[in-house]
Amino acid sequence: MPVLDQLAELKRIAIVPALNEEETVGRVIDEIRAFDPGFDIVVVDDGSTDRTAGIAADRGAHVLRLPFNLGIGGAMQTGYRFTFEHAYDIAVQVDGDGQHDPSQLPAILAPVLSGEADLCVGSRFTGPGAYRSSFARRIGIQIFAHVVSAIVRQKVTDTTSGFRAVNRKGIALFAADYPHDYPEVEATVMCVKHKLRLTEVPVSMRERGGGASSITAFRSIYYMTKVLLAIFVGLFRRYAVPFEEEHR
Amino acid sequence: MTPLPISIAAAIASFLLLMIVFELIRSRRLRERYALLWLLTGLVLLALSLWRGGLNTIAGWFGVQTYPPAILGAVGALFILVVLLQYSTVISRLSDQNTILAQRLALLEQQLREEGPTALTR
Repeated sequence: MPVLDQLAELKRIAIVPALNEEETVGRVIDEIRAFDPGFDIVVVDDGSTDRTAGIAADRGAHVLRLPFNLGIGGAMQTGYRFTFEHAYDIAVQVDGDGQHDPSQLPAILAPVLSGEADLCVGSRFTGPGAYRSSFARRIGIQIFAHVVSAIVRQKVTDTTSGFRAVNRKGIALFAADYPHDYPEVEATVMCVKHKLRLTEVPVSMRERGGGASSITAFRSIYYMTKVLLAIFVGLFRRYAVPFEEEHR
Repeated sequence: MTPLPISIAAAIASFLLLMIVFELIRSRRLRERYALLWLLTGLVLLALSLWRGGLNTIAGWFGVQTYPPAILGAVGALFILVVLLQYSTVISRLSDQNTILAQRLALLEQQLREEGPTALTR
């Protein structure tokens, strides 16, 4: 596989955010290794109260155990800080809940490896495999897709997907600045504002393997409002083009 | 009836509040999650200032016939109360987290002191 050949020369890492995912995190780690044993894996345990951290450590993953729940934004940024400080060339985000299928990593890695994109997002909505979700959630996803597409001036279909690959530029940016709370939508916009190139590829996602989604119906209104506000205010910020400065 | 100068002053004040909150978010001195209540406060006060008939109607509901702008003050006070309550919960969470951080740090320092820097590398 050409993707594996290209990867072999790179220092590569999978960032796996996990909150109480003891049922699935082990399988996620195994599946990433099955795709490419050369991937380092860092599990960011966002204050789990179950055996998530222990299971991940037993499988030889690096485990960053946050002393309390920071939320997915703070957890992901912790993973990116680790990734940046240890000078990885390329990083993928794979959720610890098992909804992302590591066998599809070649799809999201290819555009980044070829240098065509700095950030590649796996989209549930552009390709095969219907993604089932609640009506309200689909509406929200549609609104975000339209708003983000208009701002970044390219078609974006899945702004909330956390199945992503980034190169060194993206790693540097996310280590320095990553949105809080519900970060994916804002991170997508932020990338483009910082002049990083974004692309989407179709992927299919699985039903959640275990645990509970972090976004309940009750919170989705707050979520929409908060993210739309953040995007709106973000339009009035100035952004610098990130550079790959040496750390330390 | 609400005196016009009161409505104008209240509208300007609400608008200023909204602008200040916006600038604080933009310059990253205020996180969006803590700005939402302030924005709601500003929007409701702005609406009540501009919609003068509405303010009179609402004042009527509460039996305030003499001076409808009192409702503006009451609504403003109510929102401030809610914001303060939110802050109390935020401060409580922060101090809990601060305790956990201090405890973790103490444990780490003890480990480093007694077992040397290699204690942490497995």
